[in-house]
Amino acid sequence: MSETYALHVNGKDHPVTDAWLGESLLYVLRERLGFPGAKAGCEQGECGSCSVLVDGTLVCACLVLAAASVGVEITTVEGLQPDARGAVSEVQRAFVETGAVQCGFCTPGLIVAVHALLERDPEPDDLAIREAISGNLCRCTGYGRILEAVGVAAAKRREAAR
Amino acid sequence: MSVIIPDSVEAAIAALAAHPGATVLAGGSDLMVEVNDGRRTLADVVSIGRIPELAGVRLDDDELVIGGATTFARLERDPVAAYAPALAYAARTVGSPQIRNAATLGGNLATASPAGDSLPVLLALGASVVVAGAAGERRVPAAEFFIGPKRSVVQPGELVVAVHVPVRRGPQDYLKAGVRNAMVIAVASIAIAVDLDARTVGIGLGSVGPVPLGAPDACEWIAGRARWRADGLDVDERDVVDFGDRVARAARPIDDHRSTADYRRHAVTVMARRALRRCVG
Repeated sequence: MSETYALHVNGKDHPVTDAWLGESLLYVLRERLGFPGAKAGCEQGECGSCSVLVDGTLVCACLVLAAASVGVEITTVEGLQPDARGAVSEVQRAFVETGAVQCGFCTPGLIVAVHALLERDPEPDDLAIREAISGNLCRCTGYGRILEAVGVAAAKRREAAR
Repeated sequence: MSVIIPDSVEAAIAALAAHPGATVLAGGSDLMVEVNDGRRTLADVVSIGRIPELAGVRLDDDELVIGGATTFARLERDPVAAYAPALAYAARTVGSPQIRNAATLGGNLATASPAGDSLPVLLALGASVVVAGAAGERRVPAAEFFIGPKRSVVQPGELVVAVHVPVRRGPQDYLKAGVRNAMVIAVASIAIAVDLDARTVGIGLGSVGPVPLGAPDACEWIAGRARWRADGLDVDERDVVDFGDRVARAARPIDDHRSTADYRRHAVTVMARRALRRCVG
Protein backbone atom coordinates (compact mmCIF):
# COMPACT_ATOMS: atom_id res chain seq x y z
CA MET A 1 0.00 0.00 0.00
CA SER A 2 2.98 2.35 0.23
CA GLU A 3 5.69 3.36 -2.14
CA THR A 4 8.34 5.97 -2.83
CA TYR A 5 7.96 8.66 -5.44
CA ALA A 6 9.33 12.16 -5.98
CA LEU A 7 7.54 15.47 -6.34
CA HIS A 8 9.05 18.59 -7.88
CA VAL A 9 8.15 21.36 -5.43
CA ASN A 10 9.42 24.94 -5.63
CA GLY A 11 12.19 24.00 -8.04
CA LYS A 12 13.54 20.95 -6.24
CA ASP A 13 12.86 17.21 -6.20
CA HIS A 14 11.49 15.95 -2.90
CA PRO A 15 11.26 12.20 -2.24
CA VAL A 16 8.06 11.00 -0.62
CA THR A 17 8.73 7.74 1.18
CA ASP A 18 6.46 5.12 2.75
CA ALA A 19 3.37 7.09 1.89
CA TRP A 20 -0.14 5.82 1.19
CA LEU A 21 -0.73 6.48 -2.50
CA GLY A 22 -4.22 7.87 -1.84
CA GLU A 23 -2.91 10.96 -0.03
CA SER A 24 -3.79 14.39 -1.35
CA LEU A 25 -1.07 16.77 -2.48
CA LEU A 26 -2.11 19.04 0.40
CA TYR A 27 -1.42 16.32 2.99
CA VAL A 28 1.91 15.37 1.44
CA LEU A 29 3.07 18.99 1.21
CA ARG A 30 2.15 19.75 4.81
CA GLU A 31 2.78 16.52 6.67
CA ARG A 32 5.56 14.85 4.69
CA LEU A 33 7.55 17.55 2.90
CA GLY A 34 7.48 20.41 5.40
CA PHE A 35 5.56 22.97 3.33
CA PRO A 36 2.83 24.12 5.75
CA GLY A 37 1.96 27.25 3.73
CA ALA A 38 -1.04 25.68 2.00
CA LYS A 39 -3.71 25.38 4.68
CA ALA A 40 -6.10 22.49 5.29
CA GLY A 41 -9.54 24.06 5.55
CA CYS A 42 -12.49 22.29 4.00
CA GLU A 43 -10.58 19.56 2.12
CA GLN A 44 -13.30 19.56 -0.53
CA GLY A 45 -12.29 22.43 -2.79
CA GLU A 46 -14.67 25.01 -1.35
CA CYS A 47 -12.37 27.34 0.61
CA GLY A 48 -9.26 27.82 -1.52
CA SER A 49 -6.94 27.91 1.50
CA CYS A 50 -4.80 25.14 -0.01
CA SER A 51 -4.33 26.87 -3.38
CA VAL A 52 -1.08 25.98 -5.15
CA LEU A 53 0.17 26.17 -8.73
CA VAL A 54 0.54 22.98 -10.76
CA ASP A 55 2.49 23.74 -13.94
CA GLY A 56 1.47 27.37 -13.34
CA THR A 57 -2.26 26.60 -13.05
CA LEU A 58 -4.11 27.51 -9.85
CA VAL A 59 -5.70 24.46 -8.20
CA CYS A 60 -6.75 23.25 -4.76
CA ALA A 61 -4.01 20.95 -3.45
CA CYS A 62 -6.63 19.01 -1.47
CA LEU A 63 -8.20 17.79 -4.74
CA VAL A 64 -4.93 16.68 -6.31
CA LEU A 65 -3.73 13.10 -5.83
CA ALA A 66 -0.08 13.55 -4.80
CA ALA A 67 1.13 10.32 -6.40
CA ALA A 68 -0.39 11.42 -9.72
CA SER A 69 1.66 14.64 -9.59
CA VAL A 70 5.02 13.07 -10.39
CA GLY A 71 6.74 15.02 -13.15
CA VAL A 72 4.83 18.28 -12.84
CA GLU A 73 6.02 21.59 -11.40
CA ILE A 74 4.37 22.36 -8.06
CA THR A 75 4.67 25.86 -6.61
CA THR A 76 3.50 26.65 -3.09
CA VAL A 77 3.34 30.01 -1.34
CA GLU A 78 6.83 29.26 0.03
CA GLY A 79 8.20 29.15 -3.52
CA LEU A 80 6.80 32.33 -4.98
CA GLN A 81 10.07 34.20 -4.37
CA PRO A 82 12.62 31.52 -5.19
CA ASP A 83 15.56 33.91 -5.63
CA ALA A 84 15.36 35.71 -2.32
CA ARG A 85 15.00 33.43 0.67
CA GLY A 86 13.05 35.14 3.41
CA ALA A 87 12.03 38.01 1.16
CA VAL A 88 8.39 38.75 0.48
CA SER A 89 6.78 39.39 -2.88
CA GLU A 90 4.98 42.60 -3.87
CA VAL A 91 1.73 40.73 -3.33
CA GLN A 92 2.67 39.65 0.19
CA ARG A 93 3.93 43.13 1.07
CA ALA A 94 0.73 44.73 -0.25
CA PHE A 95 -1.39 42.37 1.89
CA VAL A 96 0.57 43.37 5.01
CA GLU A 97 0.61 47.08 4.26
CA THR A 98 -3.09 47.39 3.47
CA GLY A 99 -4.23 45.34 6.47
CA ALA A 100 -5.59 42.54 4.28
CA VAL A 101 -4.40 39.95 6.81
CA GLN A 102 -6.44 39.31 9.94
CA CYS A 103 -6.41 35.74 11.26
CA GLY A 104 -4.20 34.79 8.32
CA PHE A 105 -5.61 31.36 7.58
CA CYS A 106 -6.85 32.23 4.08
CA THR A 107 -3.85 34.45 3.30
CA PRO A 108 -1.42 31.94 1.71
CA GLY A 109 -4.13 30.66 -0.65
CA LEU A 110 -5.09 34.21 -1.59
CA ILE A 111 -1.45 35.16 -2.18
CA VAL A 112 -1.03 32.23 -4.59
CA ALA A 113 -4.32 33.06 -6.35
CA VAL A 114 -3.32 36.71 -6.75
CA HIS A 115 0.11 35.75 -8.09
CA ALA A 116 -1.62 33.52 -10.66
CA LEU A 117 -3.91 36.41 -11.62
CA LEU A 118 -1.14 38.98 -12.01
CA GLU A 119 1.02 36.59 -14.02
CA ARG A 120 -1.69 36.29 -16.67
CA ASP A 121 -3.29 39.74 -16.32
CA PRO A 122 -0.95 42.48 -15.01
CA GLU A 123 -3.73 45.10 -15.12
CA PRO A 124 -6.86 43.41 -13.81
CA ASP A 125 -10.00 45.50 -13.39
CA ASP A 126 -12.18 45.16 -10.31
CA LEU A 127 -14.37 42.44 -11.84
CA ALA A 128 -11.32 40.42 -12.92
CA ILE A 129 -9.91 40.66 -9.38
CA ARG A 130 -13.20 39.58 -7.80
CA GLU A 131 -13.47 36.65 -10.22
CA ALA A 132 -9.88 35.60 -9.62
CA ILE A 133 -10.28 35.38 -5.83
CA SER A 134 -13.85 34.04 -5.89
CA GLY A 135 -12.56 30.59 -4.94
CA ASN A 136 -10.83 31.84 -1.79
CA LEU A 137 -12.98 32.34 1.28
CA CYS A 138 -12.04 34.87 3.97
CA ARG A 139 -14.23 35.06 7.08
CA CYS A 140 -12.46 38.00 8.74
CA THR A 141 -11.86 40.90 6.42
CA GLY A 142 -15.02 41.30 4.37
CA TYR A 143 -12.64 41.36 1.35
CA GLY A 144 -12.40 45.16 1.10
CA ARG A 145 -8.76 45.34 2.10
CA ILE A 146 -7.91 42.24 0.09
CA LEU A 147 -9.28 43.89 -3.06
CA GLU A 148 -7.29 47.01 -2.19
CA ALA A 149 -4.14 44.91 -1.66
CA VAL A 150 -4.47 43.34 -5.12
CA GLY A 151 -4.69 46.79 -6.68
CA VAL A 152 -1.62 47.96 -4.78
CA ALA A 153 0.33 44.80 -5.69
CA ALA A 154 -0.60 45.11 -9.36
CA ALA A 155 0.62 48.74 -9.44
CA LYS A 156 3.88 47.83 -7.65
CA ARG A 157 4.56 44.96 -10.05
CA ARG A 158 3.96 47.18 -13.05
CA GLU A 159 6.31 49.78 -11.58
CA ALA A 160 8.99 47.14 -10.99
CA ALA A 161 8.61 45.79 -14.52
CA ARG A 162 9.07 49.25 -16.06
CA MET B 1 -2.25 0.02 -4.62
CA SER B 2 -0.70 1.62 -7.66
CA VAL B 3 -1.07 4.94 -9.46
CA ILE B 4 -0.65 4.71 -13.21
CA ILE B 5 -0.16 7.83 -15.36
CA PRO B 6 -0.62 6.72 -18.99
CA ASP B 7 0.24 9.06 -21.86
CA SER B 8 -2.25 7.71 -24.42
CA VAL B 9 -5.84 6.47 -24.48
CA GLU B 10 -4.57 3.08 -25.63
CA ALA B 11 -2.24 2.85 -22.61
CA ALA B 12 -5.04 3.99 -20.27
CA ILE B 13 -7.40 1.30 -21.53
CA ALA B 14 -4.63 -1.31 -21.24
CA ALA B 15 -3.96 -0.16 -17.65
CA LEU B 16 -7.67 -0.44 -16.78
CA ALA B 17 -7.78 -3.93 -18.30
CA ALA B 18 -4.68 -4.99 -16.36
CA HIS B 19 -6.05 -3.65 -13.06
CA PRO B 20 -9.68 -4.70 -12.65
CA GLY B 21 -11.40 -2.48 -10.12
CA ALA B 22 -9.10 0.46 -10.88
CA THR B 23 -10.50 3.96 -10.39
CA VAL B 24 -10.25 6.49 -13.21
CA LEU B 25 -8.93 9.84 -11.97
CA ALA B 26 -9.56 12.87 -14.19
CA GLY B 27 -9.63 16.32 -12.51
CA GLY B 28 -10.09 14.87 -9.02
CA SER B 29 -12.69 17.42 -7.91
CA ASP B 30 -15.32 14.75 -7.24
CA LEU B 31 -13.10 11.76 -6.46
CA MET B 32 -10.70 13.40 -4.02
CA VAL B 33 -13.53 14.85 -1.93
CA GLU B 34 -14.68 11.29 -1.25
CA VAL B 35 -11.13 10.02 -0.69
CA ASN B 36 -10.29 12.85 1.75
CA ASP B 37 -13.51 12.14 3.61
CA GLY B 38 -12.78 8.42 3.87
CA ARG B 39 -15.95 7.59 1.95
CA ARG B 40 -14.05 6.08 -0.93
CA THR B 41 -11.43 3.36 -0.80
CA LEU B 42 -8.96 3.20 -3.64
CA ALA B 43 -7.48 0.11 -5.18
CA ASP B 44 -5.47 1.13 -8.23
CA VAL B 45 -5.78 4.54 -9.87
CA VAL B 46 -5.43 5.35 -13.56
CA SER B 47 -4.83 9.10 -13.90
CA ILE B 48 -5.96 10.35 -17.31
CA GLY B 49 -5.26 14.06 -16.81
CA ARG B 50 -2.07 14.11 -18.84
CA ILE B 51 -3.15 12.35 -22.05
CA PRO B 52 -2.71 14.92 -24.85
CA GLU B 53 -5.42 13.43 -27.11
CA LEU B 54 -7.99 13.70 -24.28
CA ALA B 55 -7.53 17.44 -23.71
CA GLY B 56 -8.67 20.13 -26.07
CA VAL B 57 -11.45 21.21 -28.38
CA ARG B 58 -11.58 21.18 -32.15
CA LEU B 59 -14.18 22.31 -34.65
CA ASP B 60 -14.90 19.47 -37.03
CA ASP B 61 -17.38 20.46 -39.79
CA ASP B 62 -20.64 21.08 -37.96
CA GLU B 63 -19.66 19.87 -34.50
CA LEU B 64 -17.26 20.57 -31.68
CA VAL B 65 -15.23 17.55 -30.61
CA ILE B 66 -14.24 17.98 -26.98
CA GLY B 67 -11.68 15.67 -25.38
CA GLY B 68 -12.89 13.86 -22.27
CA ALA B 69 -10.25 15.40 -20.00
CA THR B 70 -10.84 18.98 -21.18
CA THR B 71 -11.23 21.29 -18.18
CA PHE B 72 -14.16 23.61 -17.56
CA ALA B 73 -11.71 26.55 -17.66
CA ARG B 74 -11.07 25.62 -21.29
CA LEU B 75 -14.81 25.29 -22.02
CA GLU B 76 -15.41 28.87 -20.85
CA ARG B 77 -13.33 30.17 -23.78
CA ASP B 78 -13.38 29.94 -27.57
CA PRO B 79 -14.10 27.90 -29.58
CA VAL B 80 -16.76 26.62 -27.16
CA ALA B 81 -17.89 30.16 -26.25
CA ALA B 82 -18.37 30.92 -29.96
CA TYR B 83 -19.95 27.66 -31.15
CA ALA B 84 -21.76 26.27 -28.08
CA PRO B 85 -22.30 29.31 -25.86
CA ALA B 86 -24.65 27.51 -23.45
CA LEU B 87 -21.86 25.08 -22.64
CA ALA B 88 -19.48 27.98 -21.94
CA TYR B 89 -22.09 29.64 -19.68
CA ALA B 90 -22.62 26.38 -17.80
CA ALA B 91 -18.86 25.86 -17.46
CA ARG B 92 -18.57 29.31 -15.91
CA THR B 93 -21.02 28.39 -13.14
CA VAL B 94 -18.99 25.35 -12.04
CA GLY B 95 -17.30 25.69 -8.62
CA SER B 96 -14.47 28.23 -8.36
CA PRO B 97 -11.57 29.13 -10.67
CA GLN B 98 -9.50 26.48 -8.90
CA ILE B 99 -12.17 23.83 -9.51
CA ARG B 100 -12.67 24.86 -13.16
CA ASN B 101 -8.91 24.56 -13.71
CA ALA B 102 -9.07 20.92 -12.64
CA ALA B 103 -12.57 19.52 -13.25
CA THR B 104 -13.25 17.96 -16.65
CA LEU B 105 -16.21 17.48 -18.96
CA GLY B 106 -15.63 13.71 -19.03
CA GLY B 107 -15.51 13.67 -15.24
CA ASN B 108 -18.83 15.53 -15.05
CA LEU B 109 -20.34 12.87 -17.33
CA ALA B 110 -18.78 9.88 -15.59
CA THR B 111 -19.79 11.15 -12.13
CA ALA B 112 -23.31 11.45 -13.57
CA SER B 113 -24.70 13.57 -10.76
CA PRO B 114 -28.18 14.85 -11.69
CA ALA B 115 -26.79 18.29 -10.73
CA GLY B 116 -23.78 18.18 -13.11
CA ASP B 117 -23.74 21.60 -14.79
CA SER B 118 -22.69 20.52 -18.27
CA LEU B 119 -25.27 17.77 -18.56
CA PRO B 120 -28.47 19.77 -19.30
CA VAL B 121 -26.56 21.59 -22.05
CA LEU B 122 -25.43 18.35 -23.67
CA LEU B 123 -29.08 17.19 -23.68
CA ALA B 124 -30.41 20.47 -25.08
CA LEU B 125 -27.83 20.44 -27.88
CA GLY B 126 -28.27 16.75 -28.71
CA ALA B 127 -24.62 15.94 -27.98
CA SER B 128 -23.20 12.43 -27.97
CA VAL B 129 -20.54 10.84 -25.81
CA VAL B 130 -17.74 8.59 -27.05
CA VAL B 131 -16.89 5.85 -24.56
CA ALA B 132 -13.86 3.61 -25.12
CA GLY B 133 -12.74 0.34 -23.57
CA ALA B 134 -10.90 -2.84 -24.43
CA ALA B 135 -13.76 -3.86 -26.75
CA GLY B 136 -13.49 -0.63 -28.76
CA GLU B 137 -15.37 2.65 -28.99
CA ARG B 138 -19.08 3.38 -28.90
CA ARG B 139 -20.97 6.63 -29.33
CA VAL B 140 -23.91 7.17 -26.96
CA PRO B 141 -26.46 9.99 -27.28
CA ALA B 142 -26.38 12.19 -24.16
CA ALA B 143 -30.08 11.40 -23.61
CA GLU B 144 -29.23 7.69 -23.23
CA PHE B 145 -26.00 8.12 -21.27
CA PHE B 146 -27.49 8.40 -17.76
CA ILE B 147 -29.26 5.47 -16.14
CA GLY B 148 -29.74 6.73 -12.57
CA PRO B 149 -28.35 9.08 -9.93
CA LYS B 150 -24.54 8.86 -10.27
CA ARG B 151 -24.93 5.97 -12.74
CA SER B 152 -24.14 6.01 -16.43
CA VAL B 153 -23.58 3.52 -19.24
CA VAL B 154 -19.80 3.69 -18.65
CA GLN B 155 -18.67 0.21 -17.64
CA PRO B 156 -15.63 -0.77 -15.54
CA GLY B 157 -12.60 -0.58 -17.84
CA GLU B 158 -14.12 2.19 -19.94
CA LEU B 159 -13.36 5.90 -20.30
CA VAL B 160 -15.21 8.93 -21.64
CA VAL B 161 -12.82 9.90 -24.43
CA ALA B 162 -14.76 12.63 -26.24
CA VAL B 163 -18.00 14.56 -26.48
CA HIS B 164 -19.43 15.57 -29.85
CA VAL B 165 -21.48 18.77 -29.61
CA PRO B 166 -23.45 19.85 -32.70
CA VAL B 167 -22.96 23.48 -33.68
CA ARG B 168 -26.41 25.09 -33.86
CA ARG B 169 -27.20 28.52 -35.27
CA GLY B 170 -29.41 30.37 -32.81
CA PRO B 171 -29.62 31.68 -29.26
CA GLN B 172 -28.66 29.48 -26.28
CA ASP B 173 -28.61 29.93 -22.54
CA TYR B 174 -28.01 28.18 -19.23
CA LEU B 175 -29.77 29.17 -16.01
CA LYS B 176 -29.07 27.78 -12.58
CA ALA B 177 -30.87 28.23 -9.27
CA GLY B 178 -28.90 27.74 -6.07
CA VAL B 179 -28.51 29.23 -2.63
CA ARG B 180 -26.01 31.78 -3.92
CA ASN B 181 -24.35 32.74 -7.20
CA ALA B 182 -20.83 31.40 -6.73
CA MET B 183 -19.56 27.92 -5.97
CA VAL B 184 -22.94 26.31 -5.69
CA ILE B 185 -24.50 22.98 -6.59
CA ALA B 186 -27.67 23.51 -8.64
CA VAL B 187 -31.02 23.20 -6.90
CA ALA B 188 -32.47 23.27 -10.40
CA SER B 189 -30.92 24.17 -13.73
CA ILE B 190 -32.02 24.52 -17.33
CA ALA B 191 -30.30 24.74 -20.70
CA ILE B 192 -32.02 26.02 -23.82
CA ALA B 193 -30.75 25.82 -27.39
CA VAL B 194 -32.67 27.22 -30.35
CA ASP B 195 -31.82 25.88 -33.80
CA LEU B 196 -32.86 28.48 -36.39
CA ASP B 197 -32.11 26.15 -39.31
CA ALA B 198 -33.98 23.08 -38.07
CA ARG B 199 -36.58 25.36 -36.38
CA THR B 200 -36.40 23.39 -33.14
CA VAL B 201 -35.99 24.24 -29.47
CA GLY B 202 -33.93 21.98 -27.19
CA ILE B 203 -34.24 21.88 -23.40
CA GLY B 204 -32.19 20.08 -20.74
CA LEU B 205 -33.08 20.06 -17.04
CA GLY B 206 -30.71 19.41 -14.13
CA SER B 207 -31.31 18.49 -10.47
CA VAL B 208 -35.01 17.80 -11.03
CA GLY B 209 -34.92 14.06 -11.61
CA PRO B 210 -32.77 10.96 -11.09
CA VAL B 211 -30.96 11.84 -14.32
CA PRO B 212 -30.72 15.03 -16.42
CA LEU B 213 -34.01 15.29 -18.30
CA GLY B 214 -35.23 16.65 -21.62
CA ALA B 215 -38.65 18.20 -22.20
CA PRO B 216 -39.51 16.92 -25.70
CA ASP B 217 -43.29 17.57 -25.56
CA ALA B 218 -42.84 21.20 -24.48
CA CYS B 219 -40.11 21.71 -27.09
CA GLU B 220 -42.18 20.30 -29.93
CA TRP B 221 -45.18 22.39 -28.84
CA ILE B 222 -43.26 25.70 -28.69
CA ALA B 223 -41.53 25.04 -32.04
CA GLY B 224 -45.00 24.76 -33.57
CA ARG B 225 -46.24 27.94 -31.85
CA ALA B 226 -43.21 30.15 -32.66
CA ARG B 227 -43.07 32.40 -35.70
CA TRP B 228 -39.72 31.59 -37.26
CA ARG B 229 -37.56 33.97 -39.26
CA ALA B 230 -34.14 33.38 -40.80
CA ASP B 231 -32.47 35.37 -38.00
CA GLY B 232 -34.69 34.79 -34.99
CA LEU B 233 -38.05 33.74 -33.64
CA ASP B 234 -41.08 35.43 -32.12
CA VAL B 235 -43.26 33.88 -29.43
CA ASP B 236 -46.42 35.34 -27.89
CA GLU B 237 -46.08 36.09 -24.17
CA ARG B 238 -48.98 33.78 -23.26
CA ASP B 239 -47.15 30.95 -25.06
CA VAL B 240 -44.00 31.78 -23.09
CA VAL B 241 -46.01 31.37 -19.88
CA ASP B 242 -47.57 28.13 -21.09
CA PHE B 243 -44.12 26.86 -22.14
CA GLY B 244 -42.90 27.24 -18.53
CA ASP B 245 -45.76 25.08 -17.27
CA ARG B 246 -45.16 22.47 -19.97
CA VAL B 247 -41.41 22.25 -19.26
CA ALA B 248 -42.11 21.89 -15.53
CA ARG B 249 -44.35 18.89 -16.32
CA ALA B 250 -41.24 17.09 -17.66
CA ALA B 251 -39.48 17.52 -14.30
CA ARG B 252 -39.54 14.68 -11.76
CA PRO B 253 -38.13 16.43 -8.69
CA ILE B 254 -37.83 15.10 -5.16
CA ASP B 255 -37.50 16.60 -1.66
CA ASP B 256 -33.93 16.31 -0.40
CA HIS B 257 -31.39 18.13 1.78
CA ARG B 258 -30.88 20.78 -0.88
CA SER B 259 -34.47 21.75 -1.72
CA THR B 260 -38.05 20.55 -2.11
CA ALA B 261 -39.84 19.08 -5.10
CA ASP B 262 -42.34 21.97 -5.08
CA TYR B 263 -39.65 24.63 -5.12
CA ARG B 264 -37.74 22.85 -7.87
CA ARG B 265 -40.86 22.60 -10.05
CA HIS B 266 -41.53 26.30 -9.45
CA ALA B 267 -37.90 27.19 -10.27
CA VAL B 268 -38.06 25.22 -13.53
CA THR B 269 -41.29 26.99 -14.53
CA VAL B 270 -39.77 30.42 -13.94
CA MET B 271 -36.41 29.61 -15.51
CA ALA B 272 -37.98 28.01 -18.60
CA ARG B 273 -39.96 31.19 -19.25
CA ARG B 274 -36.93 33.39 -18.60
CA ALA B 275 -34.71 31.25 -20.84
CA LEU B 276 -37.20 31.38 -23.70
CA ARG B 277 -37.70 35.15 -23.35
CA ARG B 278 -33.93 35.63 -23.64
CA CYS B 279 -33.96 33.65 -26.90
CA VAL B 280 -36.87 35.49 -28.51
CA GLY B 281 -36.34 38.39 -30.84
